[in-house]
Amino acid sequence: MTSSALVLPRAAWRPAWMTERAPVLVIVAILMVLWYLAAILMNAPLVRDAFERNETKYTVSELIARTLDAERPIVPAPHQVAEGLFDSIFGYPLDSPRNLAYHAWVTLSATLVGFALGAVFGIVLAVLIVHVRTLEKSLLPWVICSQMVPILAIAPIVIVVLGAVGIRGLLPKSIISAYLCFFPVTIGMVKGLSSPDPIQLDLMRTWSANKLQVFWKLRWPSSIPFLFASLKVAVTISLVGAIVGELPTGAQAGIGARLLTGSYYGQTVQIWAALIAAAVMAATMVGIVDVVGKWTERRMGAPT
Amino acid sequence: MRPAENATGASGGTATQALTVDARGVSLTFHSRDGEVEALSNIDLQISDGDFVSFIGPSGCGKTTLLRIIADLQRPTAGTILINGVTPEQARLGRHYGYIFQAPALYPWRTIERNVALPLEIMGFDAKERRKRVERYLKLVNLSGFERKFPWQLSGGMQQRASIARALSFDPELLLMDEPFGALDEIVRDHLNEQLLRLWGQTGKTVVFVTHSIPEAVFLSTKIVVMSPRPGRIIDIIACDFPRDRTLEIRETPEFMKIAQRVRSGLRSGHSYDE
Repeated sequence: MTSSALVLPRAAWRPAWMTERAPVLVIVAILMVLWYLAAILMNAPLVRDAFERNETKYTVSELIARTLDAERPIVPAPHQVAEGLFDSIFGYPLDSPRNLAYHAWVTLSATLVGFALGAVFGIVLAVLIVHVRTLEKSLLPWVICSQMVPILAIAPIVIVVLGAVGIRGLLPKSIISAYLCFFPVTIGMVKGLSSPDPIQLDLMRTWSANKLQVFWKLRWPSSIPFLFASLKVAVTISLVGAIVGELPTGAQAGIGARLLTGSYYGQTVQIWAALIAAAVMAATMVGIVDVVGKWTERRMGAPT
Repeated sequence: MRPAENATGASGGTATQALTVDARGVSLTFHSRDGEVEALSNIDLQISDGDFVSFIGPSGCGKTTLLRIIADLQRPTAGTILINGVTPEQARLGRHYGYIFQAPALYPWRTIERNVALPLEIMGFDAKERRKRVERYLKLVNLSGFERKFPWQLSGGMQQRASIARALSFDPELLLMDEPFGALDEIVRDHLNEQLLRLWGQTGKTVVFVTHSIPEAVFLSTKIVVMSPRPGRIIDIIACDFPRDRTLEIRETPEFMKIAQRVRSGLRSGHSYDE
């Protein structure tokens, strides 16, 4: 009895949410403090110049207050970004080009199509590489090379070439997105599809299983944990790809377009709001992939 | 040293029918970076239908390699080997044998019943037949009631029993077992040995069993093949004719001791040969 009382975890009396969330909340709080400090320090010279130009006297607290609500700050404060986000999402109708949600959807749709294309392409490539010996030597180096070329150089080429044959809008962006995101899927799946034990493969041979059976009954199920791990990486990259795809054409809509116009007009709050929107989108997509992955693995008998 | 009882049947197709395994002059040489390694050298071995044959020897003596050659998981570089009168490849394609490895190697994403059903799925048995067989063989290895469990929910011994049910599910005539109980503790091992004997008695299968435990080999076998390393070769074949329904108590008898002694001296001579 006494021994079981001794091994009780020390934190047992604390509510569960506290032990789980507390570290996250602490980090968020620290980041917020750092962000405010950065906003004050970075904007202070501008504000000081403005005061001095008008030859007005100012106190330190006035200076700090001004750094946190400047109209075009170098680093906007968190509350300004939050305000900017709120206004640009709820201040306009959903189909208005001034609405951030509208831009987010434009980018998100290209991202999802690109992610789907990239994932399928990545898996097919991995299947080929695992099954055809010569491809591992001949194809894999090109796959790796493809990621060494800066995407900013390739994106305009893709947009221009596809534009010349009449393909515009969502698809070129999706292709750029797919070009980036197939890579982790291929690498992860080559590893995953080769992950079965030699014994498990030998068993298949003793049963005279054909290649298709070995694939569907052994290689594919073995690769599922690798698949979801690589999809988590791929989904964030596909968002980056879609945004990059919006930059070279000076696209009219999308997160990328918001970033461009924001930087043209010095609307730092707009840039930061777009960045936060992109981050939230990426985090949500990773979260969804994670949930689907956990659910799948649980259905496949993973210990909970 | 070699008993002559199975030396007949060297010629003529009908005579080989009674032999489940017939190996003549089988050798296997691996080509590795450090040169050639002779894993098996000039193996002659006949295993009759219904026998329980153990390969015993120190690690590196080629006992597992020999088993893999019988299973067509490896090809000999010289000599001929016939399984039920056909080549190992034909025997494999004809699904003549079930192979049980050191590790249970159950597929972790399949429940026990679906693991046992896996070879049946691959071989194209219909769902009704699969259900029937899974039920029958899980009962045979005392795993009824665990159908819906995943492998990680079972102990090591239970997992290995499930893998035996899986190997039996398609009713092969020959069971090839590669140190199936090597990773288990002695109490579980004794228990499984008894179960295996009972199973062998009930099914009348031919069993080829690789082990490095002398008591295990003597307790289970009708014939013990003592092997020695570098190069892997057979140094003694010992008949072990206890009644088929033997119990663990026979391990205390003088006959048992005598056979165990002969196995041990065989192993020792093989080893000193090496130095």
